[in-house]
Amino acid sequence: MSATPLLELRGIDKSFGPVQVLRDVAFAAYPGEVTALVGDNGAGKSTLVKCISGIYPTDAGQFVFDGRPVSIHSPRDAASLGIEVVYQDLALCDNLDIVQNMFLGREKRSGIVLDEPTMEQMAAETLDGLSVRTVKSLRQHVSSLSGGQRQTVAIAKAVLWNSKLVILDEPTAALGVAQTAQVLELVRRLADNGLAVVLISHNMNDVFAVSDRVAALYLGQMVAQVKTTDITHAQVVELITAGRSGGLGLTGDPATNGNGAAPAGSTTGGVS
Amino acid sequence: MSTTTAVKQDGPSSVAPATTVGSHVRDYWRRVRGGDIGALPAVLGLLVLCTIFSILRPSFLSAGNFANLFTQGAAVTLIAMGLVFVLLLGEIDLSAGFASGVCAAVLANVVTVLGYPWYVAVAAAVLTGMVIGTILGLLVAKIGIPSFVVTLAGFLAFQGVVLLLMEQGRNISVRDPVLVAIANRNLPPLLGWALAAVAVAGYAAVQLLRYRNRAARGLVTDPMAVVLARIGGLAVILGLAVYVLNLERSRNVLISSLKGVPIVVPIIAVLLVVWTFVLHRTSYGRHIYAVGGNKEAARRAGISVDRIRISVFVICSTMAAIGGIVAASRANSVDPNTGGSNVLLYAVGAAVIGGTSLFGGKGRVLDAVLGGAVVAVIDNGMGLMGYSSGVKYVVTGVVLLLAASVDALSRRRAAAGGSR
Repeated sequence: MSATPLLELRGIDKSFGPVQVLRDVAFAAYPGEVTALVGDNGAGKSTLVKCISGIYPTDAGQFVFDGRPVSIHSPRDAASLGIEVVYQDLALCDNLDIVQNMFLGREKRSGIVLDEPTMEQMAAETLDGLSVRTVKSLRQHVSSLSGGQRQTVAIAKAVLWNSKLVILDEPTAALGVAQTAQVLELVRRLADNGLAVVLISHNMNDVFAVSDRVAALYLGQMVAQVKTTDITHAQVVELITAGRSGGLGLTGDPATNGNGAAPAGSTTGGVS
Repeated sequence: MSTTTAVKQDGPSSVAPATTVGSHVRDYWRRVRGGDIGALPAVLGLLVLCTIFSILRPSFLSAGNFANLFTQGAAVTLIAMGLVFVLLLGEIDLSAGFASGVCAAVLANVVTVLGYPWYVAVAAAVLTGMVIGTILGLLVAKIGIPSFVVTLAGFLAFQGVVLLLMEQGRNISVRDPVLVAIANRNLPPLLGWALAAVAVAGYAAVQLLRYRNRAARGLVTDPMAVVLARIGGLAVILGLAVYVLNLERSRNVLISSLKGVPIVVPIIAVLLVVWTFVLHRTSYGRHIYAVGGNKEAARRAGISVDRIRISVFVICSTMAAIGGIVAASRANSVDPNTGGSNVLLYAVGAAVIGGTSLFGGKGRVLDAVLGGAVVAVIDNGMGLMGYSSGVKYVVTGVVLLLAASVDALSRRRAAAGGSR
């Protein structure tokens, strides 16, 4: 386990008008590790991801990538750093085949002609590198793939570009048991290949199955980021629902704790 | 998930064994059963229609009538080729018919009324098409009006523009020999053979080079037998067509000889090759399919969706302009009804009958040519049988409806197969 994070965020603030969605968030993703990002609906997970991927600008805070301070203003900036996001709704074109989808918008060309053989080879190498054995032909349309296979293609598309950080937004939400296992195996393999992986998930089983660290967001604040081995299932649930669990999470000081945004949060210490 | 586990033993696709003819045919059959039927209905329909008409009216099979089919269907086919691009995005261009009328009117005015040479007139007509397409595209993509409404408005407005350009319904004759030749003259028989040979040789070169290139890189290739069969098939079809078109069609050879491939045929062939290349071998074409398949995915992939949407309307109206030029050439004149009445619906019908989906994301330029052939055969065959145009319209409408239902049903089938 390396000690220096690939991506480190410090003091990220983000507001939409009067609503502060992220306050003073610190977050780190380490190469070779899966970091699970958990939190209840509306805790700010998606906003945080969109800040990292350059879709939303941040109001305050620092990005440190690979030891250098960087600024990310657009998805293009994020992509050039090697940050790729696999969204929940996959963003694949059903009427195109696997290779065409993986290279969509970044086609390899020789002159003005598409260089299909090179693209097909690169796609095959990427899928081989991820030990994907479930797709029969790279030239089959995505519409003929199962949910798990589609997720696989979406993930392979993200790692095709020598990316360093892959963010997966609920990759198993719509999958059955067998396919979930397949995708989690793939997520683990990404980290084993040296990538930093951020896994957003609601499913505690998934989190404990693959992640090395757990980062919990509670009402826009990062309440804990700890190694998965140092925390129990119940503690994570407490962090998600109450923002604290034993010595972890928010301190009892109500002044720092959601002043005004959600008073209910500070009174629910004993949930679950 | 039996499929998932079953294919696991196949290993990674990159080292899959070369496919055999048998597996190629089985693959094709599975795709057809899975709802990906492509141009199959059009080809079958064409065969059935030709068989019926040639039994009922032997004159249908004559060389003269065969040549007529091409010149009759040319304008509709050209407009349909442009419509394929718009349909690929799931949009529609109802104004394409009258857009071709406007462009034909511009052509006639420039060449006959103003007296400029033919190439200036053609350039003016094509430019008019581009301008019309740009306006339609901007309204659809930037303002966000549904294409159905924009082009319906265009349908009405262009009808009026044609009338205005024709000075209240007077028709303008087109006498320029080059323009008249497009749809009324034929290539010398030898040139017809030479062009056919070039086409087959070019196709063979492309196919064989691709085969060699892919085989050298260890990628899956179509079996050599299939590649050769494709080349042979094209050679046979082109050879037969050129042979029949080179037969003497004149009723009285002493007065005038009439033989050779109509000049409009190579024009359609060249445009077919160019647009097929654009759609399948350039990233622009790839992006058209992507936007038609999943607009949001295309946007996230960094594709400028608006630019693609505008560009397909430009292509459609430009092809309509070329269709209008051919129509003007065939009629030797332009009147307020050029591009009107059934032209648009025949063109949409041609694209859909050929296998282009009305839902976007699926279709080829070749579809327009095959569908255009079906429409021309129906029109021509029923004319020979002596049916009134009322019956012709009804039959064409029914065929269009059939094609659209095949499209919708195969889509449902594909959706069911995809969620398996």
